[in-house]
Amino acid sequence: MFHLQTLANGIVLGALYACLAVGFSLVWGVLNIINMLHGSMIVLGGYLTFFAWQGYGIHPLVALSFVALVLYCVGYVTQFLVINRVVNEPVLTTLTLTFGLDLILYNFMTVYYTATPVRVTLDLGVVDLGGVVEPVDRLLGMALALVLTGILYVVMRGSRIGRAIVAVRMDRTAAELMGIRVEQIYAITFGIGALMAGAAGAVFAMVYPITTNLTSTFLGKAFVVCVIGGLGSVPGALIGGLVLGMIESFAGQFFGPQHALTVGFLLMLVLLVVKPTGLTGIKGYE
Amino acid sequence: MTQSMRYFLFAACVIVLASTPLWAGNYIVRLSITIAMYSALALSWNFIGGFTGYPSFSTAAFFGLGSYAGALSQNAGVPVILAWVLATLFVGVFAAVLGSIILRLRGHYFAIGSFGVVEVVRLVISSWGSLTGGGDGLNVPLVTGEPNVVAQTFLAVMIVIMLIVLAFTIAVDRSRLGFGLRCIQQNEDAADMVGINTTRYKVYAYTMSAMFCGTVGAAYASWTGYIDPVDSFSIIMTVKVPVMCLLGGAGTVFGPILGAAAFLLLEEFFWANFLEYNRAILGAVIVVLIFFLPGGLLKVRYRDLFARIRVRSIQSRTAK
Repeated sequence: MFHLQTLANGIVLGALYACLAVGFSLVWGVLNIINMLHGSMIVLGGYLTFFAWQGYGIHPLVALSFVALVLYCVGYVTQFLVINRVVNEPVLTTLTLTFGLDLILYNFMTVYYTATPVRVTLDLGVVDLGGVVEPVDRLLGMALALVLTGILYVVMRGSRIGRAIVAVRMDRTAAELMGIRVEQIYAITFGIGALMAGAAGAVFAMVYPITTNLTSTFLGKAFVVCVIGGLGSVPGALIGGLVLGMIESFAGQFFGPQHALTVGFLLMLVLLVVKPTGLTGIKGYE
Repeated sequence: MTQSMRYFLFAACVIVLASTPLWAGNYIVRLSITIAMYSALALSWNFIGGFTGYPSFSTAAFFGLGSYAGALSQNAGVPVILAWVLATLFVGVFAAVLGSIILRLRGHYFAIGSFGVVEVVRLVISSWGSLTGGGDGLNVPLVTGEPNVVAQTFLAVMIVIMLIVLAFTIAVDRSRLGFGLRCIQQNEDAADMVGINTTRYKVYAYTMSAMFCGTVGAAYASWTGYIDPVDSFSIIMTVKVPVMCLLGGAGTVFGPILGAAAFLLLEEFFWANFLEYNRAILGAVIVVLIFFLPGGLLKVRYRDLFARIRVRSIQSRTAK
């Protein structure tokens, strides 16, 4: 019974992590950019959801779509005006640039929203499934995270835009020759990455307290999930997220919560050296 | 500017820096210590990031490990200077072992891995409470004496460390090793093909970039008298140091020092005038740096710049 509870917690956590990391993974895989802004975008999504709920009484489920739209626009514009100019530079340049942008966003969030933890409290009670107890809002969060990740998967597989993104990821030059406007696809991809970050933030705000101090934690999770699962694919992020959720849940149970994070990062380092393509083995881009 | 003029100018700057206690207040002295400290860190990063071109973001891990190694050995009764040497050796060995593992990665994977190293070391230090005091931090025996004298001592210490790293930089710059590292930066596979032992060269560069961070960390711990995991392993520092190096000119000899000084003076100015928005302004500085100074301050061709301005003004005059 004890371990079933740990397992259930791990799955819930894992679904949230997958949703958190899938946008980051997409941007890394397609644009070849380590997006240091991702953590701040998640927190921004969470804050927007909270203030819509607190200030105007908008239900988080409704707010989520608005938040996602806003973040998409922010991401599209950022990529189109700023990052596209250096998108083919070495990693040192792009990473430093996104870190600079992150400092700007982080600063404005701490000034306007302060660093007080906020949380949307829905008070939905708990469910008890044969000894395994989970709060309903967490289950809702998990379901939402899985649905969002699923939608992204369908969009990437089925729509014209999705196919174009995959084509650019496989071979930029060939895609350009086929008439795809690569610059625009880059902007759309970054926009989708931001959209997923915003949506993940909205989901997190329903489940955990959100504060600006969490930006680097979220970013670290995205790193680990990405490396565990493999880059740039939705199933990779899903598997990476679930594995990390399980590891943290069980490591917290057996070694104590303070070591849960260490185990995750250690696994990331080992995997980086032993199998950089991740557990799914889909070959990523250098 | 000729080579000898550069050295002359640099010597003049060091003398100004070292003489601050004679003509300026405590604030300026403290700023000078910080400039010397970050110059040493930026010079260290230059070995791996500038010469070799590997995007290493593990400076904070080495700095933090050095400060903890120094503090723990000082608490165990080791004399101050010996503790700093021990910290240097410890961090050097750590980096050599670590480097031989993670230097097999390239590009984005190496960048992520080096970030991961900072996180793992920080988490281990903060959860190993019995040895390191965990999140409560660690007290380090203070250097006894008048506050002014102590500040002067640490100014001298930081400048000496900076000069030692600079001497190493000049030596590497002129040696076979430096040439090999530059080859790796341009094309690692080709460098391997023409007979450079790339793995060994990279480990040398990584170790050099780490061990002096260890020395600086240990000296910093003795200077402040108290260290904690959040302060010693800050993510900001791990990105700030490469930015300083890029600002001055990565892969050059004096660039990192120029970059560190310019960055810290800017930062002081922003702290003093825009307290609330200092981070955002720092971010804006980074963005400007990437777009308008991609080669750093030292690589701007000032003569061409002036020539262009002159041509433009002549053109506008003739147009009238």
